[in-house]
Amino acid sequence: MNKLLMVTVLFAALLMAPSQADARDDHLYNELGGTAGIEQIVEDLLFNSIDDRRIRHHFEGVDMVRLHEKLSEQICELAGGPCVYTGDDMVKSHTGMGVTRGDFNALVEALQLAMDDNEVSVPAQNRLLARLASMYDEIVGL
Amino acid sequence: MRKLFTHSAALLLLASSGAAAAEGRLLATGGATNVEGAAGGGLVPWAVISAYTEDDEIGGTVAVSRAQVDDYRLDVTAASFSFRNRLEVSVASQIFNLENLGTELRQQVFGLKYRVAGDLIYGQLPQISAGVQYKRNTRYDLPSAVGSQRDSDWDAYIAASRVWLAGPFDRTWLANVTVRATRANQFGLLGYGGDLNDSRKLQVEAATGMFINRALAVGVEYRQKPDNLGFAEEEDAMSAFVAWFPSKNVALVGAFLDLGSIAGARSQTGYYLSLQASF
Ligand code: HEM
Repeated sequence: MNKLLMVTVLFAALLMAPSQADARDDHLYNELGGTAGIEQIVEDLLFNSIDDRRIRHHFEGVDMVRLHEKLSEQICELAGGPCVYTGDDMVKSHTGMGVTRGDFNALVEALQLAMDDNEVSVPAQNRLLARLASMYDEIVGL
Repeated sequence: MRKLFTHSAALLLLASSGAAAAEGRLLATGGATNVEGAAGGGLVPWAVISAYTEDDEIGGTVAVSRAQVDDYRLDVTAASFSFRNRLEVSVASQIFNLENLGTELRQQVFGLKYRVAGDLIYGQLPQISAGVQYKRNTRYDLPSAVGSQRDSDWDAYIAASRVWLAGPFDRTWLANVTVRATRANQFGLLGYGGDLNDSRKLQVEAATGMFINRALAVGVEYRQKPDNLGFAEEEDAMSAFVAWFPSKNVALVGAFLDLGSIAGARSQTGYYLSLQASF
């Protein structure tokens, strides 16, 4: 019985804890190194992606300068920074691309490596990943 | 112990050769191998499908595990086949050593697990899987002597698993709840059904863990167990674990175990170690 109680308390604590998107919004922007930091992370992310044989085919013939610019804006905005995303919406940009579940994970890994290389802390990495993960349904399987 | 080491060495060799491994999922999402051979924690089968298969990949795992408590030792050798992050087929062979009696019990477990709906990380719905385990005692003298009603049986379960990428403390958390219909005595090692009760009961199993970073998690597991045999009380089991995923090929789990009273020997606590190779 004691064991059940312990586990129940742990679960309850987990469910009651504050959700990730709260008032510390531009905090994440700062932790990613501001606009310059984000642009560097996105550059590394794109290089990691075209290095990855699992997903490089998606980027053939793509205007990487535009992609870098739009993705940086988007992440900056998501992280609570002073940017406005001016690109197309996610469904429109990824329709017809056939991004699979595995492709999405490969891109997440490319971003994780990019954030490691730019010394982004684990909590900041997690907060950005959680925000991006919510776009999964607008990107995969279209 | 020597046998365990040889196995481990063979596993590591296999893992480090790393040829054509399934790799479509994020690190640690294949879980470890539970004592019954299913992907999960140590005690509980989770909704996750083994290895790192995604899209049209196939893969699998092999694992060796040992639980050592005050009066008993359990050694498990297990393997699984993983199909498209959808279906898991597993097999485990367990040897339970009753150190005081100088004898051992043996059980084989054949498992099937199917991901029915949802996803571990993405979308609204948690990952929900349904599984069955066919268990049989390959030595039945002792179980039958203490009141077990049959030497083989089925368990069926439903499990739900979910990951929060940025949960409390902005760490990644995992929670799993499994509900199992079973009449297995002490995981099935002491047979199935007993003199006190011979029908399947729903039992709740749960796990939660926090990732310190992508490769390292700590957590607890709880497994409710039926109490079918009159000769000795059976209690629920619990563990507190550390799991390390140095790569998508290797997982190493160490845990503190509290298995409660087993066959009259009270408060059996000890350690659990498990090494898994994925491909
Ligand atoms: C949460 C994850 C993702 C986000 C936030 C994201 C964001 C974006 C953005 C902002 C653009 C530019 C839209 C524009 O040009 O107006 C874009 C385009 C693109 N994305 Fe994604 N994306 C994600 C996932 C993926 C994945 C998994 C892949 C493939 C592996 C992918 C491949 C592409 C490609 C190839 C383009 C360029 C399309 C073109 O210019 O023709 N994206 N994405």
